[in-house]
Amino acid sequence: MSQVTIDRNEIDIVIAAFRSDLTSFLEEWRPIISRFHLIIVQDPDLKEGLKIPKGFDVDVYTKSDIDKLVSASHASMFSGYACRYFGYLVSKRKYIVSIDDDCSPAKDNNGDVVDIVTQHITNLKTPATPLFFNTLYDPYRKGSDFVRGYPFSLRSGVPCVLSCGLWLNLADFDAPTQSLKPELRNSRYVDAVLTVPKNSLMPMSGINIAFDRETVGPAILPALKLAKEGKVRWETMEDVWCGLVVKVVCDHLQLGVKTGIPYVWRNERGSAIDSLKKEWQGVKLMEELIPFFQALKLSQDAVTAEDCVMEMAVAIKKGIGSKHPELANAAGNMVEWVKIWKEVGSRVLI
Amino acid sequence: MSSSSSSTIRPTPLLKDELDIVIPTIRNLDFLEMWRPFFQPYHLIIVQDGDPSKIIKVPEGFDYELYNRNDINKILGPKSSCISFKDSACRCFGYMVSKKKYIFTIDDDCFVAKDPSGNDINALEQHIKNLLSPSTPFFFNTLYDPYREGADFVRGYPFSLREGVPTAVSHGLWLNIPDYDAPTQLVKPRERNTRFVDAVLTIPKGTLFPMCGMNLAFDRELIGPAMYFGLMGDGQPIGRYDDMWAGWCIKVICDHLGLGVKTGLPYIWHSKASNPFVNLKKEYKGIYWQEELIPFFQGATLPKECTTVQSCYKELSKQVKAKLGKIDDYFNKLADAMLTWIEAWDELNPSMQLANGIERLVV
Repeated sequence: MSQVTIDRNEIDIVIAAFRSDLTSFLEEWRPIISRFHLIIVQDPDLKEGLKIPKGFDVDVYTKSDIDKLVSASHASMFSGYACRYFGYLVSKRKYIVSIDDDCSPAKDNNGDVVDIVTQHITNLKTPATPLFFNTLYDPYRKGSDFVRGYPFSLRSGVPCVLSCGLWLNLADFDAPTQSLKPELRNSRYVDAVLTVPKNSLMPMSGINIAFDRETVGPAILPALKLAKEGKVRWETMEDVWCGLVVKVVCDHLQLGVKTGIPYVWRNERGSAIDSLKKEWQGVKLMEELIPFFQALKLSQDAVTAEDCVMEMAVAIKKGIGSKHPELANAAGNMVEWVKIWKEVGSRVLI
Repeated sequence: MSSSSSSTIRPTPLLKDELDIVIPTIRNLDFLEMWRPFFQPYHLIIVQDGDPSKIIKVPEGFDYELYNRNDINKILGPKSSCISFKDSACRCFGYMVSKKKYIFTIDDDCFVAKDPSGNDINALEQHIKNLLSPSTPFFFNTLYDPYREGADFVRGYPFSLREGVPTAVSHGLWLNIPDYDAPTQLVKPRERNTRFVDAVLTIPKGTLFPMCGMNLAFDRELIGPAMYFGLMGDGQPIGRYDDMWAGWCIKVICDHLGLGVKTGLPYIWHSKASNPFVNLKKEYKGIYWQEELIPFFQGATLPKECTTVQSCYKELSKQVKAKLGKIDDYFNKLADAMLTWIEAWDELNPSMQLANGIERLVV
């Protein structure tokens, strides 16, 4: 098994900034991310200018950049947590690594700091194995392999285009769960990465992800906006929606999604109970989304991520979107996203 | 509000009157000495393979029943043809004669492993935890088994799916000698599994996996009749695919009946690497055949009229004959053996014919 090369020219690190002083955040991450190009997108609601320490190769995008690039009617697609997608849009590199700005580097079971970039890129540059489950998890990891009974024809795997990392300390639980168990913290470091099997959907958490922008960028999209979306993860579903979309796309295009390491350490922020009082909408929606997405079939003509997204948008509008206006809007946003993606892709950005 | 740690840690029930430990052996049972602290409360079913005139000594203090080939032939009569000879597949005879709800099966070269803190792992206790808590095959939980202490369902997991389904199978793993096939063993003779992955997870519905019989537990009432380990060993063209075959069958049936299969913890320490050249000869045909077997199982559907494990299994055997018979006559024989197995199972377990989720008849 060959070593994976981490080439800084292939990677953009995209951070959405919800607070103006990013000094402590970036200093914490400096040893891991300073050699890479950073794209920081400022939450359009954040009025103060960003404070960024020296020594980073960084481009900052603000509300005015968003307004310049997309029409006013669509600027709201990039509000709140979804502002990070603007960073994905303007990136010119193959891989994106994206984390929330309330995360710190984690330590593994040996006490070593987790280099999320190396692990995410390794996940992406080694094949995924969605067609048959390997009981020793990722067979491409050092010290592991395919087990007895794993068909040989499936051992070359498929390209991995999405790597979903995990979180120690404050895990990505929903507001009801965290409210019921306010002391619950994730202290279990599970030393594994595995492929999410084909036809199996999962709840993607945007807190710590990386993806192959070239292949699947059009499907990593800002679409679902809850009516009372807020600035804590308990008050958004944008990433969960995106995860359902991208998994259907991957399953259709024979691409892979991995989940597991790397871990980040998620710092305490917000109040689960306050979020719970605000909004149940997202939680209720999931009940219908799962059966709908599980039954979604794409045509043979859908051969790119863009094609898949367009077909899905039509199906969503006709199907589940007819009962839920926010889902019809999401479908509309998906179509708009693909349009903007194509436009931006064909332009040379200054 | 009470802290999660104190409210969720309950002692795991021993289930010593509800669980049998099935061990196939051809040599000796010395390994039981190391397991004594964990196994002594339980009843053992030893299935002695090979020469029935050999005396296999069971260490003192264990409560057991032992069956050699003569016993198997006596009990099953002509139906004993479905039980393999000179292959650990014979262990499934133990599943059939057991009268308990749960089975734990382990190989005689598997020892107690240590966790990263250096503590001995009570594999049986973890299997019981796995079996007594639900599975979640319909949507993947990124924090693995949500019923474990310190874990839960993540944001986005639908509430209607949080009750889960009953767990039928708990598939454990192995430190030290990994369960590789012969080609991989030949290429990587020194590779050892040293990575302790602290997770249990449900294998999603619609996904097949390679089930290893070295460290396996299951709910006999929920899935027992489908745990047939096939025709292997003496007189058969294939070996080392017994557990694989059972694993593909049980997964199709579990998916159909809405039952769950978990994999991950517990780990045992696998001490012996079998000879890779011998293994290659046994597996050779399987390596080619599995290329056709996998699409068969992946595409297998069972009619909704099949609501019991036995009816599912009989239907599967029909499909095996119809679709796999053309690969090799072996599969015709195997399909027949699957039916023989079910007949023998039902004869030895009359009250279970109405079980599988329905109220068990008290005979």
